[in-house]
Amino acid sequence: MNTQSNLPVSYILYLADNNLILAQRNSEWCGHGPILEQDIAITNITLDLIGQARMLYQLAADILNQQNGNQEATEDTLAYLRDERAFSNVLMVELPKGNWGFTVLRQYLFSEFQYLLYKHLSADATLSAIAIKSLKEVTYHVQWSREWVLRLGDGTSESHQKMMDAVQDIWMYTGELFDAAPFEDAPVLQQIQTVWQQRIAETFEEATLTIPENVFIQKGGKNGIHTEHLGYMLAEMQYLQRMYPNATW
Amino acid sequence: MPVHHLEETFQQTVDAEIKIEAKDWMPEAYRKTNLRQISQHAHSEVVGMLPEGNWITRAPSLKRKAILIAKVQDEAGHGLYLYSAAETLGMSRDQMIADLHSGKAKYSSIFNYPTLTWADMGAIGWLVDGAAILNQVMLCRTSYGPYARAMVRICKEESFHQRQGFEALLVLSKGTQEQRAMCQDAINRWWWPSLMMFGPRDSESTNSDQSMKWKIKRKTNDELRQNFVDMIAQQVKLLGMTLPDPDLKWNEARGHYDFGEINWDEFWNVVKGNGPCNRQRLQARINAHEEGAWVREAAVAYAQKQSAKQKKVA
Ligand SMILES: [Fe+2]
Ligand SMILES: [Fe+2]
Repeated sequence: MNTQSNLPVSYILYLADNNLILAQRNSEWCGHGPILEQDIAITNITLDLIGQARMLYQLAADILNQQNGNQEATEDTLAYLRDERAFSNVLMVELPKGNWGFTVLRQYLFSEFQYLLYKHLSADATLSAIAIKSLKEVTYHVQWSREWVLRLGDGTSESHQKMMDAVQDIWMYTGELFDAAPFEDAPVLQQIQTVWQQRIAETFEEATLTIPENVFIQKGGKNGIHTEHLGYMLAEMQYLQRMYPNATW
Repeated sequence: MPVHHLEETFQQTVDAEIKIEAKDWMPEAYRKTNLRQISQHAHSEVVGMLPEGNWITRAPSLKRKAILIAKVQDEAGHGLYLYSAAETLGMSRDQMIADLHSGKAKYSSIFNYPTLTWADMGAIGWLVDGAAILNQVMLCRTSYGPYARAMVRICKEESFHQRQGFEALLVLSKGTQEQRAMCQDAINRWWWPSLMMFGPRDSESTNSDQSMKWKIKRKTNDELRQNFVDMIAQQVKLLGMTLPDPDLKWNEARGHYDFGEINWDEFWNVVKGNGPCNRQRLQARINAHEEGAWVREAAVAYAQKQSAKQKKVA
């Protein structure tokens, strides 16, 4: 562990939670995708996100154990034994998977954010190794999800309408990404937001989609104030660990 | 060349262990049998994603979750290879999928059993993938080239699945009282259905002789089943668990394990659609397909627009 880190553990957990919760949602597609090749593709992304979550939870566990002078924290205690109010992921990633259009749109909006964030974190003393490895994966996530946004936005009139609906459903959750929590660096987030907006605008134009204006921003996830969806998700995800405390799997 | 002559040459090719390729002449029945078998195999891989997919969101650790997702994804990949191999025989993947959804095409009955506890993930890897491997190792040498080559790729992954499944059970077998009970219960429920995976007894099997002659199959159902019993009866000891068969015992004279009678009523019932999950499995595939229709249509429409644009530019 890099002791010069000035990143709070809460920040690392925030990054990890975003990855895990989105992976958990996307994993619901496995075996149910619209076509076999795309079932495999979304599952690849799911696996990447779980891999990133694991690296981040392991790092957070190391720091916590050093702070507390014990070995109690592991990737699994952090993922499986924290309650809903302790999870700090943004609301966007916990929303139900919706239809394929909603899933790829969310992935695209989130991956563009993650790409810019990891690029920034590539220079961070503590996170550079994880960020650099993840950046390669996320580059592909952006490319894949962007292609789907274009295909569906500019596909048939039915797919266009479904994408417009998806934009309406998700847009109010995008602002939270840039609403700095105490554990985040506000000026950096602001810079990322500017580039993010530009890139999204370009893609939306090509996809013949319009960005909603004057939308109220839903937030709270970073403070553990979630939608009602997260509780059910965690209940399902954590059930074996909760039911059989201290068992090894 | 007259047909009987072609058939003779064909059989000589097969007997000489030369692979039959898509463009080669082949008896119509050979083509049909292979198409039926390969497409059924492809469907089994895809439907087989469902029982294990059922536990992805509930996997008890991040490591297990990643392993399980990767495994289910591998099965999707197997489905793809096999659909491609089947397409070389002249039927489109769309048609094969339509046949699955209409009930005309079958898939392995094993996937019509429910996955009730986490231990089922281990039991499926160990027993179901284990049974599949024995069949698939044989098929690596099947006479139809595209099928044989698909099997070689698939077999490597399947043996990995089996080891992972066994390892998952091993952890449970060394775990708490509840975990050990969960492990034994899963073995009890999956043992007999796994034996049924090899199909009816040789005496009841309709296409067996011709398939052996054409070297589509190289071992009979009963031979493969016996190999499986011999393998698992040994491995189960390492788990400290038992197989739910009072008649299971080593027969020194035969050099094999004897085992009890399969419940053939249950076997035929599940084949006929009366298994605990037949309806749900098929319905899940139909739903995925129907809910994905607008997505596939949009992808086609978009691709057409793009190529029209490119033509304009050119
Ligand atoms: Fe497979
Ligand atoms: Fe497998």
